[in-house]
Amino acid sequence: MRANSLRNISILAAALLGLGFGLVFFYAPLDADQGFIQKIFYLHVPLAIVALVGFIVGGIHAIRHLRTGDPVHDARSYVAIHMSVIFGVAVLATGAIWARASWGVWWEWREPTLVSFLIVFLLYATYYPLRYAIPDRERQARYASVFAITAGAFVPLNFIAVRLAESFIHPRTFATANGGLPPKMQLVFWVCIIAMALLWYTLVRFELTAKRTRGQLSRLRRTLDGSNPPPPGAGARIAPGAAAR
Amino acid sequence: MPALPLDDAGPYVAAAYLVFVVLLIVYVGIMAARLGNLSREIESLAELAERRERERAGAPAVGEAGGGEGNVPEQASGEDSP
Amino acid sequence: MSRPTPGLFAVARAILAKDLRVELRTLESVPAMVLFSTTIYIVFRFGLDRTRLEGNLAAGVLLVTILFAALLAINRLFVAEREQGGFEAIRLAPVDGTALFIAKAAALMIYLAALEMVSVPVFGLFFLDGWGGIPALIPVLLLLNAGFAVSGSLISSMATNSRARDLLAPLILMPLLVPLMIAAASVADPLLALGGPTFEDYGQWLVILALYDLVFLLIGYAVFDFLLED
Repeated sequence: MRANSLRNISILAAALLGLGFGLVFFYAPLDADQGFIQKIFYLHVPLAIVALVGFIVGGIHAIRHLRTGDPVHDARSYVAIHMSVIFGVAVLATGAIWARASWGVWWEWREPTLVSFLIVFLLYATYYPLRYAIPDRERQARYASVFAITAGAFVPLNFIAVRLAESFIHPRTFATANGGLPPKMQLVFWVCIIAMALLWYTLVRFELTAKRTRGQLSRLRRTLDGSNPPPPGAGARIAPGAAAR
Repeated sequence: MPALPLDDAGPYVAAAYLVFVVLLIVYVGIMAARLGNLSREIESLAELAERRERERAGAPAVGEAGGGEGNVPEQASGEDSP
Repeated sequence: MSRPTPGLFAVARAILAKDLRVELRTLESVPAMVLFSTTIYIVFRFGLDRTRLEGNLAAGVLLVTILFAALLAINRLFVAEREQGGFEAIRLAPVDGTALFIAKAAALMIYLAALEMVSVPVFGLFFLDGWGGIPALIPVLLLLNAGFAVSGSLISSMATNSRARDLLAPLILMPLLVPLMIAAASVADPLLALGGPTFEDYGQWLVILALYDLVFLLIGYAVFDFLLED
């Protein structure tokens, strides 16, 4: 059952992504302002939005972890943040390419969204050293959850501050998502966002499944190696047979 | 106004989408490698379990007078040591 | 069994009083911060090859120096608790662990205020032509201190209980402090302008600073207890 649903969402994600990209190049009209370069918008912005929402999702799972103490939520929090960091790399790379194509420079300090995103990315990059610095599993999970909540609350604050700092300097060329987009472009944009979100979710599910499997295998090995009865699930990071999701 | 004429823009757009696809492929590759590791781990564990089963099956026979049983030489000698 | 909230501030006051007494007796943090900030000014003087600063450069040098000095204090904030069992004591006592958070944040604010009382005049002496912008800077610095205090207190308690202690706190704090620095620099820039202070968007930036302080105070208040659990 679980394996089937994983395969199904993978297929759906791949299909939507293919559809989205097809629409980008064969359906969406050419931007009068930026021309062909604007096509990057359909890749870069959905990636960014999904990554940022992913960070918030990580924070929400962290809240649930602190409230219930169930390590499942910690695993989901970790994987959500991890996946968003990876998406973040893609955001920065595509953003730099877009900046280069638009303005001739690989980085533009006066583009507030990109700068804000870089700051958020650097913050979440510290998530890993934090986790690795705390050997005790439960404490590590708790501190990571506190971090995820703090960082999640920080994201909007950061964007506001950076936006205010730049607002009077530079006209915003990376037009806000729906502001002033003709309907055809809006459609393509929304398809791409949904496709990216589904991709993110699919990859997160893969990661969680892999994590769970690894955990079960190591418990199995310990059981077989030690010739002991299997320990109660208390020490497990991810409880076996916990929610199939 | 685009900073680059249309013809020059193509490679940049392609590069952006390529970066995305490459990242995706790299990720899938890493997952595939991990899957390979997991399979190998399962195989070795299955082997271990099989050996355990054989020991347990052969044990009652070994526990008696001992010696000469066909099963005994199959056991790795170190395995039962505490 | 647990006392009503008024107990929280009483406990916080007690911890704060203890910390200040220790600081006055050992003079561990504040003199080091002052000395450090003075040295950084000298480094900036030569690094930028300038003897006079104004506008955004002046704001940058001042604020970055205060930031680095604050990091010194932040790293040391929970050392005593870790080494002498202060965390366990708070955990076992029938009081809200948040009292520790408030006490440490308050201590940090006091240290930073003490630092700035010396360091800002020194900065003016070294780099400024006119001190007209300084009075208007005071509310900005107070709000900045509060921001360092609440976020520093929160992150420091996490970092102290980890393996990479001194490394982790600055690493995690830096991105978190960016909005604070942006706001402070944006308002300080026109205040330190060459011709005299101008109050561009003064109110707006103070609101942003206050908002930042409030958000982190609320977050710290909500989650600090979880950091104290064993």
